[in-house]
This record gives sequence, C-alpha cells and structure tokens, in this order.
Amino acid sequence: MSDVLVVGASAAGLATAESLRRRGFTGSIRLIGDEVHQPYDRPPLSKKVLSGVWGADQTALRAPADLAALDIDLVLSSRAVSVDVRRQEVVVSGGRRLPYGDLVIATGLAPRRLGAFDGLAGTHVLRTLDDVERLRAELAAAERLIVLGAGVLGCEIAATGRQLGLGVTVVDPAPVPMGAQVGPEIGEMLAGLHRANGVEVLTGTKAEAPVVSNGRITEVLTSAGLVAADVVVVAVGSTPATDWLEDSGLILDDGVVCDSRCRAADNIYAVGDVARWWHERQARSVRLENRTNATEQGLAVADNIMGANKPYVPVPYFWTDQYDIRMQVFGDLSGAHTIRVLEGDPATRKFVAAAESGGRVVGVIGWNSARGVRKARELIADRD
Amino acid sequence: MQVEIDEPRCVAAGHCVVAAPEVFDQRDDDGVVVLLDANPPDDEHEHVREAALLCPAAAIIVRDRGGAP
Repeated sequence: MSDVLVVGASAAGLATAESLRRRGFTGSIRLIGDEVHQPYDRPPLSKKVLSGVWGADQTALRAPADLAALDIDLVLSSRAVSVDVRRQEVVVSGGRRLPYGDLVIATGLAPRRLGAFDGLAGTHVLRTLDDVERLRAELAAAERLIVLGAGVLGCEIAATGRQLGLGVTVVDPAPVPMGAQVGPEIGEMLAGLHRANGVEVLTGTKAEAPVVSNGRITEVLTSAGLVAADVVVVAVGSTPATDWLEDSGLILDDGVVCDSRCRAADNIYAVGDVARWWHERQARSVRLENRTNATEQGLAVADNIMGANKPYVPVPYFWTDQYDIRMQVFGDLSGAHTIRVLEGDPATRKFVAAAESGGRVVGVIGWNSARGVRKARELIADRD
Repeated sequence: MQVEIDEPRCVAAGHCVVAAPEVFDQRDDDGVVVLLDANPPDDEHEHVREAALLCPAAAIIVRDRGGAP
C-alpha cells in the first residue's frame, strides 16, 4: 500500500512526488514508470540529444542522490494496465496489484502514427529516449530526411536535421508551420526561417503513401509529388495515453477529464499532458502539452492532495529552439486576430509581439527576447 | 542555503525570476539565468525552492547547509 501512487515517471509525475515531499508530506509515495530509464526530460530529445551535443545521461531530471533523498519508491519498467477505483488498486503488467490512498495519473502522451508508414524500416516517431537513440543512429548514415508534420516537434527535428548537415523536407497539410500554436503570421515567419536555413517546406501538402524498396522507405508520395528520403520522422501529434483507463469508469475525452482541482474522481488526480481540467479563469476545459505545465500542474496537484482545495489557473507557456531562434510564448494564441510588435523588429529576428483578440491581449511572443517577453506577460488579460 | 546553477541546461523561461527576483535575473542577450545571490537569506528560501521546482529545465540546484540537497 502506498499513500500516494503516481503512475508515470516523467516530468509531471516526478514534479508531483517531489512537491509532496517539499510541502512536508510524510506518507509513502510510489512512482511507477513504463520505461527502463530514471526520470528524464523530454524537451532536449529533439534538440541537444538528437544533435549529439548532449548524451542521454544529461537528460536526467534529478541526480541519483537527489532522487534517493526524496524517499520515493521508484518502480521502473512497470506498465499500468488497469485501475480498480472501488478497491483503490492499480494493476501493472504481470498482474501485480498496487493499492493506493490517492492516485495520480501522469501517463503523458503516445505519438500518433500514420498507418501506411507505421513499422516500416526507415520511419520513426520521437517521444522517448530509446526513440531518439534509434533515430540518431539512422541519421548518422543518412543524407535525406523527411519530417511529416510541422508542429513544434516536427520543426525542431527539421532544424536539428539541418544542423547535422542533412537535406530536409517538411510536409504538412496546414498552410503554415506551428499554426495551431502561434497563428498564421508567426507561422509564416517560421516557414521563412526554415527556408532560409535550407529546408524544403511543403505546407498545404499531404503525405499520401510511402514508396518502399527492399523493405525500406526510399520516397514519400505527397500531393506535391515524390520526395526522396533515407529517413522519415512521423511527427503528426500525440494522443493522451489513457488506454489503460478505458474500463475504469473515469471520464475520458481527449485526456482524463478533471474538475478545476485536477481531480478526476475521489482520491484520483491527473497531471501533465494527459490531464484535461476545468480552467476556472478561462471558463473552459483545457489540456496543455508543454513542459512547464507538467511541473506547474504537479505542484498544484501536490497542494490539493495535501488539502489546499485550490483551482489550477496557469498562464500557458512554451518555448522552442530552432536554429539561432529561441521563441517563447505566454498565453493562448489560437484565437488571436492581430499580431502587434511591441519591441524589436521581426526582420532582425529579435522582437516581442502581442497577440490580440477583440482588443484584448491573449498572448505574447518573443524571438530571442527572453527578458522582454517575460515582462510583456503582464499584458495578458486573464493573467493571475 | 547554497544555490547553484547548471547553466548549460537553462532554457531562459524566466520562471525563477518571477518566483525569486531577489535571487535570480536573466542575461539581456539570451535570457540565460544570472544568479544574484548564491547564499540567499532565510526569508528567500521558500521562493528559491519554488523556483527550483518550477524550473522547466531542472537547472537550479538547492543545497541546505551541510551539503544535503
């Protein structure tokens, strides 16, 4: 029996466990993860690890001694397969039952796959440390990389591919890269950035089918014609990893549905990429796939397990590094109509801009302007 | 309390500056963290611990007197 059982040993799960200890929680905490590795950080995978600048060990979220000092029962290589909410037990692969007082669901995301490409030699997804090691090994002997999907991950992989000296093509049916995260104007600037760095950016283009020779992908047939490839990365988004909760009775709807306290049911919380909760200040249901949310929501859930009974009302934040650009975004740009430059100049790739909707600032964006964008965060209308 | 920065990890999110502005700042050019006070006074400890927890790059290391993390 553990007083708190956290399922998922990545950033969100670890943040919850660590925050409980920092808040003085003295009960037992068990943290289970389905990978073999100690808890590690994912944002570097598509950048510093894929490029080879960092070794795998540099992604560790905590040094072994610091992890040990938290007095957490960390169980790795253990996959949760179901939960019995009445008996308060999680069943893991092999059939072992783990009883809990409070359950924290932190199982994150599974990469979306494209049927025709799935399992084909030369095609990859990128979510885990093992994924990146496999991809890096293949890129070392490759000349041509195709990235299917121009979201944040796809754009970062394309940039790293260029850094490694590969010919890179990005294919996405949307009109601009990262449109869902940054809107059409900034998306167009990103397309220009990638083109200026030698990437073939095929937006408005569908990947139709792989062309296979001797069991290996050699080309991709797209709606804009054939593109040659040694390696193809499928980066077309992810889905919340909730398969194991299907018969649990918990409400699943693009994530584990929670109240404003990140509570899915009595004694059950969800945290990180997998959690969909009621954002009281935005008055809507929200699920965030970003690194900062994993930590902030972990803190919030730890507080609520300890009885704080506080709503979780973050200002969303993400960053991405591509070539010599560090882009940082606070807020939610999806409904923005206008981009207004506040300082700097987009032409010099150093600027801060406000994204506005109906006369309100709904988000701020910075390119190579970390201080400026942090200060501009104050302009967001629904901020704390 | 002893504060250390693992500077190559820093991703310039600036969350530490919001949590503990007396202890952390950011460089003007690239936003990387600047440690203003490696031995912050007692009334800053809670803010510093919050900053270390919030850091999305796990780049802030906090040690209590005696060396324990």
